[in-house]
Amino acid sequence: MTAVLCRHFGLTHIEIAEDIASDTFLKASENWAINGIPENPTAWLYTVAKNKTKDYFKHIAVFETQIKEAIQSNEIETEKDFEFSSQNISDSQLAMIFAVCNSANSTEAQICLALQILCGFSVEEIANAFLTKTETIKKRVLRARASLRNDNFQIKTLSEPEIKSRLDTVLKTLYLLFNEGYFSKSNNQQIRKDLCSEAIRLTLILTENQLTDTPQTNALLALMCFQSSRLAARTNDKGEAVLFDEQDKSLWNKALIEKGNYFLINACNNNETSKYHLEAGIAYWHTTPTGQNKWQHILQLYNQLILIEYSPITALNRAFAFAKVYGHDQAITEAEKLQLTDNSYYHELLGYLYADTDISKAISHYEQAIQRTKSKTEKLTLTKEIKRLTEQNSR
Amino acid sequence: MKEFALIFRLKDIADFKPSPEQMQERMNWLGSIAAQNKLVDKGSTFLPTQGSAKTVKPNNVVTDGPYTEIKEFISGYIVIKADNIDEAVEIAKANPIFDQVGGNIEVREVLKLY
Repeated sequence: MTAVLCRHFGLTHIEIAEDIASDTFLKASENWAINGIPENPTAWLYTVAKNKTKDYFKHIAVFETQIKEAIQSNEIETEKDFEFSSQNISDSQLAMIFAVCNSANSTEAQICLALQILCGFSVEEIANAFLTKTETIKKRVLRARASLRNDNFQIKTLSEPEIKSRLDTVLKTLYLLFNEGYFSKSNNQQIRKDLCSEAIRLTLILTENQLTDTPQTNALLALMCFQSSRLAARTNDKGEAVLFDEQDKSLWNKALIEKGNYFLINACNNNETSKYHLEAGIAYWHTTPTGQNKWQHILQLYNQLILIEYSPITALNRAFAFAKVYGHDQAITEAEKLQLTDNSYYHELLGYLYADTDISKAISHYEQAIQRTKSKTEKLTLTKEIKRLTEQNSR
Repeated sequence: MKEFALIFRLKDIADFKPSPEQMQERMNWLGSIAAQNKLVDKGSTFLPTQGSAKTVKPNNVVTDGPYTEIKEFISGYIVIKADNIDEAVEIAKANPIFDQVGGNIEVREVLKLY
């Protein structure tokens, strides 16, 4: 809604559009509680938002005349009639993401802003996505908003080179949006699925436009399709996470896997290899049955991925693939070199690798993982695992 | 942290084309360095084939490749970071080319100006 308001009114201050949007939802919750949900809730919301925005401009106009004794022609825009339609919304959402991805800000700041304003992320969620402190993100977002204001922020039609130069950041934003849905600590299944399908929807729009239908866009979409194909199998009825090896493969969505294959082939029509290509490749191998070379392929893709961009998660996933190919003993040496001692997954991986050979070491790593993770489900799973190992040991 | 260039030398041009298995082992070695966040520059590999190497000398003398004079030839380089040269040497020791085909790795600290 914020996106639509900004686009149609050319508001210089995103905050005002945000305030109007949240006011609208507040009014909705009051009104709907008494009168019931209207027949067309979307239309209701937009009508209210439209009126609130008009009110706002009237206020401003009055304010300006009294204080400055001059009426600027800016307010003429308030008279312009506009329509909200689903077509407009989808385009607005993307247009706004492109607009926020303004090189006046650093790439990271652009992404933070897009996630906060457009995807409704909290500061904590952004901090999680970036693996940084919430305080850093708060400052980053404030600075980014200020510099957009100074830059006379508005949503206008972007030129071809502008779209092309901003595409990378837009893709990264959509990638993080998807990941938040896919790996979110939130237990609310519905929210996670909504984030994932929103990311897919927006990426799909990008493939429909000649300017943005690049190999990278296709690779990202392929990655999203492969990952989503397992959404239903990843949690059980109680909302608990189901590990990959224990997933019911009949729950995997074959149609999505096929779509993934289709977009991955599209992505490979020239020699470009991006991180999305490699991640889509890994996700592709995960959809295949365990064969002799499956994990060797995955390991080689992780080797390439870590050469493009270092991240602790990639390093740990690579060590896991290494264990699948060369066995736990060799993988322990490989994993211990990483020295990611503050990372809960590092200890979880080492606990898993030691479980067959050195139970006391395995337990000590699992305990350290429990200390470092914030996720309750994770703590529960690890505690269960420690209990299992302790019983096994006493036998 | 200091930076070190690892300069690879092979003995025989025939060793330049590794088998898929050899390639996997080499990539595992490189991936392992990157996974420790110790790779500064993945460097380049130099083609050793006929016509892809010349040496320019004083007085406009140009000779074919370096391999007419020395048997070993430089096949590539990477730049890593390490606390000291001993650590860099340990990393180099783990390179699979010693088991695969022989050759050597020169470890050189990079001069940093700042």
